[in-house]
Amino acid sequence: MEQYISLFVKAVFVENMALSFFLGMCTFLAISKKVQTAIGLGVAVIVVLAITTPVNNLLFNLLLKEGALAWAGYPDVDLSFLGYISYIGVIAAIVQILEMVLDKFFPALYNALGVFLPLITVNCAIMGAALFMVERDYNFGESVVYGVGAGLGWALAIATLAGIREKLKYSDVPAGLQGLGITFVSVGLMALGFMSFSGVQL
Amino acid sequence: MSETRDMIVKPIISNNPIALQILGVCSALAVTSNLKTALVMTLAVMVVTAFSSMFVSMIRNHMPSSIRIICQMTIIASLVIVVDQILKAVAYDTSKQLSVFVGLIITNCIVMGRAEAFAMKNEPIPSFLDGIGNGLGYGAVLMFVGFIRELFGSGSLFGIEILPLVTNDGWYMSNGLLLLPPSAFFIIGMMIWIIRSFDTSQVEKPDFVICKNSKKEAI
Repeated sequence: MEQYISLFVKAVFVENMALSFFLGMCTFLAISKKVQTAIGLGVAVIVVLAITTPVNNLLFNLLLKEGALAWAGYPDVDLSFLGYISYIGVIAAIVQILEMVLDKFFPALYNALGVFLPLITVNCAIMGAALFMVERDYNFGESVVYGVGAGLGWALAIATLAGIREKLKYSDVPAGLQGLGITFVSVGLMALGFMSFSGVQL
Repeated sequence: MSETRDMIVKPIISNNPIALQILGVCSALAVTSNLKTALVMTLAVMVVTAFSSMFVSMIRNHMPSSIRIICQMTIIASLVIVVDQILKAVAYDTSKQLSVFVGLIITNCIVMGRAEAFAMKNEPIPSFLDGIGNGLGYGAVLMFVGFIRELFGSGSLFGIEILPLVTNDGWYMSNGLLLLPPSAFFIIGMMIWIIRSFDTSQVEKPDFVICKNSKKEAI
């Protein structure tokens, strides 16, 4: 149990997807002008990460890993080079299915998240979590915790940035730094702040 | 001829994918703590963007538009697998340093963005050149950031010592902040400022403008 809590804290704060690995930066910078939309997108990312990371974990361990196909009579086959194309396929498919399920059963949630769901397929944070999960050799339980934690960390970062940017628009920024430039600088300062978590260990 | 040149030169400064269009920032920040990884990443992205644009453009008339995203994804992912396998075979250490970021070229918005915005409407050859141009624009930012971070962060370029460090009996005290993630944000922010100071047409309009004070004493 402790290892899961430690992994969770690490995924949310210490190894924050957005601020220490720069994943999902494109959407992070583009859709952080309003707190409301930022939180909507953040929730969508948490949901998608919590589903895709464990599914990709199963896919890797049962089909792609070296020797994983032993049950089918091919103990020497190593399909791990097919990883990238399978993960992105799984992510795209799950996002699509999620969209249809939400539309059918939870129309209110669908209306709130609807616009963001297709965007998430090309969000590097989702793909990044899958690749980190493979690189660090997480088991199924860990991959669930890691998926939720990474999503929560990303959502936290985008909501905070949106809060800062909402205030920032009333400030007097030099012309060339207006908009994108000042956003980069404030994200840098946020990343600096998040680095103070790097000593945290449970 | 000049059109071809425009296609390659324009994305480097005046229509830079990172500085102006905020595309593909993720990997731009993570792989720039030294120049070697930045260079390898640039080449990888350039190859993937150029060829994926070309292939997407070749089959653009045969693709139903409802499944075009997944078709583009498949083409891009296959190219990235090829690049990744080549990197593992030729430059294993560098590919270990790049770790997940080679795989993340798939979700790099530059590749998708060019496939969607340019290659879907143009012939294969111009799409290929457009891919090279955008790859170069991306690379220019990467090399610039990598240059500053490696030179001032560890006193070397491509691993060759330029500024002798204090720890090696030299005179240069390295700036550790530049090797940490946040510095990349500051450098790109400053770079955007520099570009926009020269090319004022890129400056974004502020949402609110502070009123000028009518009386001097009020300041």
